[in-house]
Amino acid sequence: MAVITPKDLRNAAGVALWFMFLTLPLLVVKINTVARTVEWRWQNLLWVGVAGFAASLVSRLFAARKLARQERIRQGLERQLPAASRRLLGHPRLRLGAGVLLALFLLAFPALFSTYQVNILTTALMYVVLGLGLNIVVGLAGLLDLGYVAFYAVGAYAYALLHLHFGLGFWTVLPIGGLLGALFGILLGFPVLRLRGDYLAIVTLGFGEIIRLVLENWSEFSRGPSGIANIPRPGLFGLDLTLDQAIVYLYFLTLAMVLFTVFVVNRLQHSRIGRAWIALREDEIACQAMGIDKTRTKLAAFALGATWAGMAGVFFAAKTTFVNPASFTFLESAIILCIVVLGGMGSIVGVIVAALILILLPEYLRAFADYRMLVFGAVLVAMMVFRPQGLVTGVRRTYTSGR
Amino acid sequence: MPPLLQVSGLTMDFGGIRALDHLDLRVRHGEIVALIGPNGAGKTTFFNCLTGIYTPTGGDLVLTPPGREPRRLNGLKPSRITEQGLARTFQNIRLFKSMTVLENVMIGRHCRTRTGIVGAVCRGPRTRREEREIVGTSLALLERTGLADQADEVAASLPYGAQRRLEIARALATEPLLLLLDEPAAGMNPQETAELIELIMAIRADGLSILLIEHDMKLVMRLSDHIFVMDYGRRIAEGTPAEVRRDPAVIRAYLGEETTDA
Repeated sequence: MAVITPKDLRNAAGVALWFMFLTLPLLVVKINTVARTVEWRWQNLLWVGVAGFAASLVSRLFAARKLARQERIRQGLERQLPAASRRLLGHPRLRLGAGVLLALFLLAFPALFSTYQVNILTTALMYVVLGLGLNIVVGLAGLLDLGYVAFYAVGAYAYALLHLHFGLGFWTVLPIGGLLGALFGILLGFPVLRLRGDYLAIVTLGFGEIIRLVLENWSEFSRGPSGIANIPRPGLFGLDLTLDQAIVYLYFLTLAMVLFTVFVVNRLQHSRIGRAWIALREDEIACQAMGIDKTRTKLAAFALGATWAGMAGVFFAAKTTFVNPASFTFLESAIILCIVVLGGMGSIVGVIVAALILILLPEYLRAFADYRMLVFGAVLVAMMVFRPQGLVTGVRRTYTSGR
Repeated sequence: MPPLLQVSGLTMDFGGIRALDHLDLRVRHGEIVALIGPNGAGKTTFFNCLTGIYTPTGGDLVLTPPGREPRRLNGLKPSRITEQGLARTFQNIRLFKSMTVLENVMIGRHCRTRTGIVGAVCRGPRTRREEREIVGTSLALLERTGLADQADEVAASLPYGAQRRLEIARALATEPLLLLLDEPAAGMNPQETAELIELIMAIRADGLSILLIEHDMKLVMRLSDHIFVMDYGRRIAEGTPAEVRRDPAVIRAYLGEETTDA
């Protein structure tokens, strides 16, 4: 059992003071613009101090226990158990059971919850698709793409414009959106082939912004900041659907899209090209020395990732029935990147869980009212501090389990 | 029959520094050739030029596969050169650490297989057959290098000697004509070195040619059919192990000049 030292107490006091300082303008100072007064809520400062102090002590306790356990494992007194997530996912019966439960829940969701909730879940599922798409580029191939939102915008505007000018419907545009995404993926991939790491990130970030600025300013083409409205939702054999029914229908379509994406990404991950992507991520020079064409492999990653963003963009346009450039800012790219990193690079389950957490949490934190985004940010920071490798680390396939 | 690999007048400049100075070297079919020399002589730079990581400033690198036209390697992409039949291991081991042992070797099969994106997603009979072949060939290579029992372990968890053997297995998976080994015995104990010698001789018995950089003189003398000695980027001697051992230029390069006032 670990003991609390005076050093721990000093550290905890330091942490408490630091957070009190940080949150002073947020939690203590309240400006009432109507009555033109400033209210000083000193009791909040006290709460922050106490919470920070306690949290620091608790985390130190956990760290000490973990260290002690590692020491005991090293000395052979205790067995090293594989990570909890691996135990959960590795057990085939457990996985099947959990999968069936989840499937039933998702299928019954519209019957159990309001249309508003269904809408939220649809949004979350779209981000799952985006996360899985970006996972190909960032998680598998290791190419830090900060401009992913560009392909999302391409898909959305493809639907908006093709409907506006040619009256094309959802199902016609969906594959077109994917193809256009792939095309732009290759176009944007070519200039960045020689770049690595930070430079690749900056250039892709630039591309994301270029697309948005073009959409905003080339009004003759994209109708500028006012956007394009009246985009139809997907039809069901020409039936007339009420708003509620259309939303539920779109929910099931998005769910199908998620399943399709998971299927494809899973196949890709354990294929010849998936291995080439991982080799590229691990060691570019060794990868080339083994006969893998760096150019084609990188372009394939960009193209495939962008295809999914394009298709997700078509879904987005169908869901919100209105697109404008403001929906495709860098923040979107950042959120999708967060999803991939939080989920664990290359892990499908991790990305799905991370997407659901990241999108659903702000919605369900509405109970915290004003402090919703503060808590959200704190959760993100905590996740990266305590589990930087992501929720679920990618596990490679084994081939000789029969031996 | 022309040599498998002919290097003529190879020069490599990095700005003002001449790392390779009109280097001449050749490897004949089925030969084990050793490239030795003091540290900093330019041996690994030579390997990097040979495998396309650097583009040589001058000279010729010509590969002549048996029964085929000679092919100039200068300026080709590294992946292309591997396709032509050159495979290498690295001085500082460059394995794909987060992949399993078997998957590292499977990567070597990439340039000899063809399944693309569509095949990966659909997994038709041709794809499945190719995957089975990849796994089968890779497992066989692991058997040869004594790593079959660790096939599903993560590569990073292997001990040092096993990692070196894994690199060799991975290079062999590309079906090379010429295997380039960069200090394969570095850090190995005598037992491991003896096993390595066996392995290299078995590889040669399969019809490959081998060019190796080594500092372990016992291994070099035992294995090599021919030795090239480098210093300051140029060839200072060549010959059979016995000839090279006696060559005064070689002795001078390694041990320095004899002085009279010590």
